[in-house]
This record gives sequence, structure tokens and C-alpha cells, in this order.
Amino acid sequence: MKITKARLFAFAAATAFITSGHVAFADELSIMASGGAWQDAQRKAWFEPFSKETGAKIVEQEYLGDLGKVKAMVDTGNVPIDLVTVETATVLQGCDAGILERLDYSKIAPREKFLEGSALDCGVGLDAYGDVLAYDPNVLKEAPTSVLDIFDTTKFPGKRAMRKFPAQNLEWALMADGVAPADVYKMLATPEGVDRAFKKLDTIKKDIVWWDAGAQPPQLLASKEVVMTTAWNGRIQNAIDKDGAPFKIVWNNQILEYDMIAIPKGAKNPELAYKYLAYISQPENNAKLASYITYGPVRTDAASFVAPDALPKLPNAPDHMSAYLVADTEFWGDYGEDLVKRFNAWLAQ
Amino acid sequence: MTALEPTKLDRPRTARDRSAADAKAAKSVTAKLRRAEFGDRLRSLALAAPLLVLLALSFGIPIVLLLSRAVYDPTIADALPQTSQALRGWNGAGLPGDAAFLALAADLRDNQAMGTAYELAKSLNARVPGARSQVLKTVRQLEAADRPPLEVMKAVPFWSAPGTWPVIESGTHSVTSFYLLSALDLHWNADGGIERVPPQQAIFLQVFMRTFFVAAAVTLATLILGFPLAYLIASVPKGLAAILIVAVLLPFWTSILVRTAAWTVLLQKFGLVNDLLLWLGIADDRLDLMYSRIGLIIAMTHIQLPFTLLPIYSVMRTIPPSQMKAAYSLGAKPFTAFRRVYLPQVFPGVMAGCLLTFILCLGYYITPALIGGASDQLISNFIANYVNVELNWEMAAALSFILLVFTLALFGIFARILGLDRLKLV
Repeated sequence: MKITKARLFAFAAATAFITSGHVAFADELSIMASGGAWQDAQRKAWFEPFSKETGAKIVEQEYLGDLGKVKAMVDTGNVPIDLVTVETATVLQGCDAGILERLDYSKIAPREKFLEGSALDCGVGLDAYGDVLAYDPNVLKEAPTSVLDIFDTTKFPGKRAMRKFPAQNLEWALMADGVAPADVYKMLATPEGVDRAFKKLDTIKKDIVWWDAGAQPPQLLASKEVVMTTAWNGRIQNAIDKDGAPFKIVWNNQILEYDMIAIPKGAKNPELAYKYLAYISQPENNAKLASYITYGPVRTDAASFVAPDALPKLPNAPDHMSAYLVADTEFWGDYGEDLVKRFNAWLAQ
Repeated sequence: MTALEPTKLDRPRTARDRSAADAKAAKSVTAKLRRAEFGDRLRSLALAAPLLVLLALSFGIPIVLLLSRAVYDPTIADALPQTSQALRGWNGAGLPGDAAFLALAADLRDNQAMGTAYELAKSLNARVPGARSQVLKTVRQLEAADRPPLEVMKAVPFWSAPGTWPVIESGTHSVTSFYLLSALDLHWNADGGIERVPPQQAIFLQVFMRTFFVAAAVTLATLILGFPLAYLIASVPKGLAAILIVAVLLPFWTSILVRTAAWTVLLQKFGLVNDLLLWLGIADDRLDLMYSRIGLIIAMTHIQLPFTLLPIYSVMRTIPPSQMKAAYSLGAKPFTAFRRVYLPQVFPGVMAGCLLTFILCLGYYITPALIGGASDQLISNFIANYVNVELNWEMAAALSFILLVFTLALFGIFARILGLDRLKLV
């Protein structure tokens, strides 16, 4: 009796131990994304149809987009995820640090079919979003015509909100100071260029309210704390479509960026992960996301598959591409850490 | 006593000899006792051993390992063995000879073959901004192998720039002071001396000062609010005291994130606090309480109040009210009685509460991130940024190390003034 009890206990403990760890099955794909409306959109556009088509079960996880967590997983050799969505700059970091797998594009899609800068060594683009200017026409009598109008405090007095981060703000500052878009990153790579950008930001520093999270800009506009704000286009469109907010988006001089997806080193099911990447990179599938959130496809040949009513709201719709800048990931990989430090020092002054 | 007279030892004859022998016996008893106690101590230590091992494994060793990253960074030395060899004997002035360039080219190619070129590029970039793409560009050109390696190296201006080689040379020593100096806004200048970084790059000293200032302000605020409240709880009847204690503890049991979120609702521009101030006519216009230093201190004070209050209360409870009455009866005025009888007794509790709050405040992260403005971020926010966003764990370790040193120094001064045994933590 005693022995049986002990054995039972040992068996129970062993079972608990085994089932507590995540056991990856061959047809199970674990995806970690950064949550919110964006993950909901991915679920409808990609997770569910992919699941139906291949019979693979998709296990979703959420995180804040901080690579430290993925690094810890890879360092300890226990990687419970097969795919992770990341920002472009993060792909570069993760690639350098050996956290993300170098992708074999022969298993995904021809690399040249992607928009410039959206097919990186360790990450493939999911969608394109725009850093734009948003305002409430009930508050601003005269409509701003370019993102750079945020620097014009005489024509548009009042508080304005910008992201508490050097990227985009420094580019816009230089463009507002008369630097041609093509020269912006060349200029920012020199100390004089950085000084010039900060000097331009100095002119509106006292009028800036800083935002951290993507959900803040529509809130700041709605509570009338600011008269205009920089924002990610999808968040503003979401407030317009879902909450009936009266906001307007200014596309002129937007900065185009990409959301990315990557395979962490040591993922348990890389073959299925590649299958998923190939699936979402087909032009007709790539265009599907736009029906659920206003972020555009990254395949050059996907535009014709976008639902007609979604197209005019996308950052890379033809109407919005008269003046734009594509964010230079390599530049931010080089100078990001240094400029973040300088930016923080500048904020504290 | 010498070895020639052993008998004296065995048979004491004079009184002097006897007392010496007694002393010796007493000594040996003490020694025996000590030995026996030592055995006991060892046994009790053995009982605590599982805990000590757990502490060492899960707390001590990881902290030491992480902090050691602040001074030990072998990435560059490991990646560039041939260059290290070639740079031995270089005087650090101007550019090294062609042999060093060739050695670096060979090392870079090896790194590319082993897949570690990116890691090297990232590590160099932490010390020379912009190095990342230069390393990767050079690696690609070396791989193409359409020109001799030396020509490739000389064609990339980065490798002949004045600041590059001294950094590579310092990187070939695994033990580095680079990160610790950076954490103090210092760096090595071209002449090999330590100097301050230019003001537009200097940030950490300011953040450390800010962290200590906020911690001190919050400690003072909790003391001013907590002391009278603790006195009240200690002097009212038991039933009422229990209700008051629960009122203090209830928020204490709520998650810090929830309480911080609640404060954002209260403090925002069109929030309750501003509504109230306007309605009462105290403020003419809506105040910017959110994203400000004052909002941060208000929220942190609320969260820290129980930590300051409870040690004070636990000491106050032990002081019988009859003492104050005795002081009055001996002619002391209320303030004198308070100052000379009451205060000295509650002092250890006050210090314990303040120390607890002060040290906890030094590590605040969520509240400054959500309520503080751009210029209210504390050192933890910067450490988290280096851990999660920049993946520069060396810099994070250096900042943590400096914070730990400052904190221990303060703790040391405090313990010196007060004596650690007088601290009463609950």
C-alpha cells in the first residue's frame, strides 16, 4: 500500500512536470505578437484562414515588443515561440545579437517582390504603416497641409504632441529646416546634422507634449490637450472609424515604416513557421490585412488585391505617396543607441 | 617557563603558580565552551543551509554575474585574436602599422565565417556610434575578395579615422572601464586621461541626482503624513485602530500598477483633482499634474505611505502612555515631553520606515514611466531601456552597479550614525 501510494505520487508529480512545460506538436504554431487591434486584425486576416487551410493549430501569445524577453528565451535555450512580430529596428538588433534566425527567402517569396527595405535578413515585412500628423478640424480652423507644419507655431499655436523618441522627430526637424528628404540620413550621420535637428526641435520644445504608447495620440486629441499630434495612421483611423472621432490625417511628408515578423533562434517548429511566412507573403493574402486595420501590404504586386474601400485609408495608397520618406533602418541600427541617449539628455535640459 | 623545568607545570607549589594554573584552566574551559558552541552554531548553520544555498544560487550568483558584465566584456577580444596580437606594442598614437590592418581583415573574415560578425559590429557600435554598418560593409567587401585585403581596409575611411583604433585596442582587453565611466558621464580622452563627456551627451549623473531627490522628497512626504497618522492609530481604542490599519493596508494589498493607473485618472488635465481645484477656486487654470515631477511624487507618496507608517506604528504601540503623563507630572511642557521622552523612543522606528521607503523609491520603475514626464524618468527606467530595448546589458549592469554602490554608501552612513542594531523593522 505504502509503495503504491509513493508510486502514485511520483507518477502524479512526473505528469504535472511534463504537462507544465509547453509541448510543441508538429502541427502547432506559436506566434507572439504585440496585441491590441493589430493582433485581432492578424487573427482574422491570417491566423484563422491559415489554420483552416493547413490544419495547423495557432497558439497566440502577447508581449510588449521588447526584445529582452526573446533574448532571455534564446539565451536559456527554451524557446516556446516559433514566430514573433517585431519593429524594423528590433529586427536589426535581434539579427546582430544572434537572437533571430537568418531567413531563407527561397522558402518564403522572391525577395525583390517586397517594397524596398521590407525584406530584411532576419525579418520579413507584414505591413506598411505611416508616421503621420493628425488634428481635429473643429479645433484648428486652418488645416495643416504637411507633417512639417507641426514646427509652425505662429500659424498653428497651441500644444502639439510628438513621440518621445528621436526617430522620425529628427528626420522631420531636418526636413522642416529645409533639408531635402534624400539628404536627411546623410545629414543626421554627422554631428552638425544632429545639432541642426535638435536646434530645430528647440524652437517648439516648450509646446510639445510627449507620447509613448500608440493609443495616446487619439486620446490627446480627443481630450483637446493638443491641437495636433504625430501618430501611427492606423490608430487615428481606428478612432475615426470605430469611435466616430472627427480627426483628419495629413499624409504629406509622412515617414513610412514596416511591421516585421521573425523566427527566433531555436524555435521548435521552423518548417511550419516558414510555411506561415510563405502563406502571408502571397500577394492576395498579403493584401487581406488591410480589410481589418488600415496598414498596407508590403508586396509590390499586392495593391490590386486590396479591398477597394480599404485602399484610400492606407499609407501607401497612390494619393498619399506624393511626398514621403522611408525610415532608414540601417541608420537607426548604427546611431539609434547614441541618439536615444542624446535625445534623453536633451529632454532633461 | 622553559622546557628545562617541566615539573613546575605539573605540580604548582606557590600561590602565584596556582593562580596562573587556574587562569589556564578557566581559559581551557572557555575554549571548550567555545568549541561546543561552535558545534551548535555549525548545526544551526546546517539547518539554514538550504536557505543559504537557495539565496546564493538564485540571488547572489546571478547578481554578481550580471554586475560583472559592467567591467568584463570579452566580445571584442574574443572576436579579434589576431588583431590583439598585432596591436601589442602599439603606442596608441596615430595609426598602427599595416600588419594590424591585415590582422583585422583576417579577423573580420573569420568572424564572417563563424557568423559572429554582427555581434562584433554591435559591440563596437556601443563604443563608436556608426561602427556597426562600417564593420558589416567591410566584411562584405572582404568577402567579395576582388581586391587585396589591405586595399579594402584602407578604402573604408572609418578604419583610418582618429578615434577608431584606440577603441579597438581598448576592446582587446576583456576588462574594461568603458561602461562604468559612461555611467558616470565620463570617458577616456585622446591623451589617455579621464574627462567629462560633452554636456549634450551627459545624462546619467543628472538622472542619479534626480532619483535621489525624488526618493528623498517622497520619504519626507510619507514621514510628514505618516507620523501623525501612526500616532493617531497607536493612541485610539483597539477597535478603531484596527479599522484605521485596514484603511492603510487596503491600498497596500492592491497591485502597484492598478494604483498608478488610478492616479493617472485622477491627475490628468480633465481629471478629478483638477476639477476639484477649479471648483474650489484654488487654481485659476487646469494644472499639468500628469507627466510632471509633482504628480510623480504624489503618486509615489501614496504607494509608499504604509512602508513608512508601519515601522513607526509598531514602535509607538510599545510606548506606554503613562511615560508622557509622568513627564507632565514632573513639570515638562507638552513639546518638551514629546521631544525628550517620546521622540527618542520612536526614533528607531522613524529611521527604519524612512530607510525602507527611501531604498524602495530608488528602484521605482512603473510609476515614473506612466506618471512622470520626459524629464522625470528615474535610473530604473534607463536600466530597463538598456536591458529591453538597446540590448546593451553591459551598460545596464554598469548603471545598476553605480546605483548599488550609491545605495550601499548611503546605507553605510546611515548605519554608522544610528547603529544597525537600533533599527526596528516592524
